[in-house]
Amino acid sequence: MGERIAIVGVGQTHHKSRRPDVTTAELCSEAVERALADANMQIKDIEHVIMGSFEPADGYHIPDKWIMPECGVVGKSGFEMQNVGTTGGVVAAAGFTVAATGLFDTLLCFAWQKMDEAAGAFGKGGGGANEYWTGQFPMSPITNFARRAYAYMDRSGCTEEHLAMVRVKQDQCAQRNEYAQLKLGLTLEKVMNDTLLAWPIRRLHMCPTTAGAAAFIVCPERAVSKWTNKPVWVEDWFTCHQGGGLTMAEDPSASTLRHACEVVYKRRGITNPLKDIQAWEVYEPASTAELRWMEEVGICDDYTAFKLFEQDKVGIEKEIPFNPSGGVTATNPIGATPIVRLVEACLQVRGDAADHQVPGTINRALATAYGGQGENVVMLLRKSL
Amino acid sequence: MAGRVGIVAVAQTNFEERNSLQHTGEMMYDVTRDVMGQTGLEFKDDGTGIDMTTAAAYDSFSGPAGAYMFLGYVVGAYMRQDERVIEDGTLATYYAMLQILSGHVDTVLLVAYNKESGCIKNELEWQGMDQLYHRRVGLDFVTAAGLQARSYIGKNGITPEQLGKVVVKNRNNAKNNPFAMLKNGITIDDVLKGAMLADPIRITEAKPVPVDGAVAMIMTTEEKAKKLTDKPVWVTGASSCYDYNDLGQRDLAECNSLVTAAQKAYKMAGIKDPLKELDLAEISEHYAYQELLWSEGLGFCGKGEGGKLIDSGKTAPSGEIPVNPSGGMLSGLPVCVAGMQRVVECVLQLRGEAGDRQVKGAKKAVAQGCDGPAGQLQCVIALEN
Repeated sequence: MGERIAIVGVGQTHHKSRRPDVTTAELCSEAVERALADANMQIKDIEHVIMGSFEPADGYHIPDKWIMPECGVVGKSGFEMQNVGTTGGVVAAAGFTVAATGLFDTLLCFAWQKMDEAAGAFGKGGGGANEYWTGQFPMSPITNFARRAYAYMDRSGCTEEHLAMVRVKQDQCAQRNEYAQLKLGLTLEKVMNDTLLAWPIRRLHMCPTTAGAAAFIVCPERAVSKWTNKPVWVEDWFTCHQGGGLTMAEDPSASTLRHACEVVYKRRGITNPLKDIQAWEVYEPASTAELRWMEEVGICDDYTAFKLFEQDKVGIEKEIPFNPSGGVTATNPIGATPIVRLVEACLQVRGDAADHQVPGTINRALATAYGGQGENVVMLLRKSL
Repeated sequence: MAGRVGIVAVAQTNFEERNSLQHTGEMMYDVTRDVMGQTGLEFKDDGTGIDMTTAAAYDSFSGPAGAYMFLGYVVGAYMRQDERVIEDGTLATYYAMLQILSGHVDTVLLVAYNKESGCIKNELEWQGMDQLYHRRVGLDFVTAAGLQARSYIGKNGITPEQLGKVVVKNRNNAKNNPFAMLKNGITIDDVLKGAMLADPIRITEAKPVPVDGAVAMIMTTEEKAKKLTDKPVWVTGASSCYDYNDLGQRDLAECNSLVTAAQKAYKMAGIKDPLKELDLAEISEHYAYQELLWSEGLGFCGKGEGGKLIDSGKTAPSGEIPVNPSGGMLSGLPVCVAGMQRVVECVLQLRGEAGDRQVKGAKKAVAQGCDGPAGQLQCVIALEN
């Protein structure tokens, strides 16, 4: 299965809703410079580059062309990738794949989104709706997740208060993460009285619009020790896309996240995910989705995740360290979000996550990407192979 | 690395000015089902079929964000691994080669699609220029090419007649290609009478716009390729390279990124003298001058000798290195699809299945694609039968 590979450097911007002080290219170079510094590397040491952004949320066509010179990529080989919200996930998957060929010693991967410059990205086509079918409905991520949250509540017995518990937990985590965007000091009452967007989704439940970028550097095994003594090994990865099926969203057999996890767990002999994986960074575009995602990654049985919140079992120092960074409802530079997840998971494995570090040794961490109406990329990291 | 990568099946649509009878998804269905039928391969989880899809497409051209989702809906890639390179089709081919060499997947279905008739190409490509400097003076890919053409022909004394000869050659070649859009030929006089598009480029020296169409291929490991077909075509070398975006930072009369990409691809393929060793080239001439400039970059003649090359007749179908025996982009190909269609044409030639446009005894070929203004990002694919 190709060469063993490890991440030797990571970097992200301090995520904000607006960054009028920089261009998109300058925003990217902030993340790239941090990743290079983290790996004690200079851009001249990079041999191949993979980039990505969810273009409709930026309002540009193939922006890699004018972003990459600012990041020092001139004269290097590379390309841009895009898959709606999983953009950063396919950039990472491509980075892992290309590193595993052993043809290059060092790969730089980065993704970005500067949503303060885009005009209503989700107005058009609901971020991936088919123009014949789902595009005919007023579908957006908001109505899509409202539909899912409603279905979840209907089947599980979860209440609006449980949904608010999830959002408060995320905020508590985000407040301890220096890079997170929204740090609001939420209470259950505040969430439950927030503006209703599409029942049961309130404004606070949805991910924000963000200007941000994230980057990482990945090497084949032979080059790893040259750059770091804290490599994070990439154990496995899997992309799974299903194509925005509206009606089947709650059908377990149609869950790309469930399927991708099953594939990766089977390949890596993971039988008890909660025991075998010590930190989770899972892309939840709405706080309500976190419940279903916890079930689909195998932490608990179907339609029971809300009980774990009721029992106060989810949090940085608690039994289930799920999204210790605060997750996507705190920070969402769409195309870059999967790489933010990956970066955060790397920091957890290295023990470098500062105030939001999960206690104890993190041997394994799982990061995911989500996009469209059911696309997923699963990335499994390890402290040592 | 896991041996060589083989192309085992190719398909293309007819290229038309306006395919109003077919939806993008239907075009994709035609070409992907074609290659699946040729090989008997279906999407499978157990490694015995197609492991993943890799697409080349632009979101901004296809309208709804994430139009690749049709792969799931229409083609049957539902719940599969699926990634997309948002560059010219050669870059997706390059990435698919790396995917297979990594050992992460064995068999990849590639597809490239574009309906230029559904959008305004110039305006979208203007959105591909940098936001601070280029966009504000109205620079788009056509005007950028005009500046490059002026710089190149001015420096090297290329005459209008030499550029006319390129158009006449390619349009005559297209008469032998049933898939080509413009099969009616053209005279030098008519080329030189064409309206000015972006001085010195005449509309007759530019790729026609709009063009609709799609192509598909199946690539796999050496071992599986030998089992699937008795006429596999091997990808022996590939590389890409970025140049500056800012036209002022480039010597537009040269193509440094192509020179670098070609050198790396040739080195990987063990090609030392491209003019002698290669039997044909299918390259991406968005404009007539580019066939001459790219020929220099690919090593078919010395620097500044592109004019002499066309005069010598070496690039004619019966010449030493036939360039674009299919008719090339000047006979009508959509951007993005163009690069992968160049590879498809090379494969047909190397299998001896190119019909009336067949180059006799072709054993080695090169395909070239580019993306961005004035050929900023270049990709070279070396192929062998």
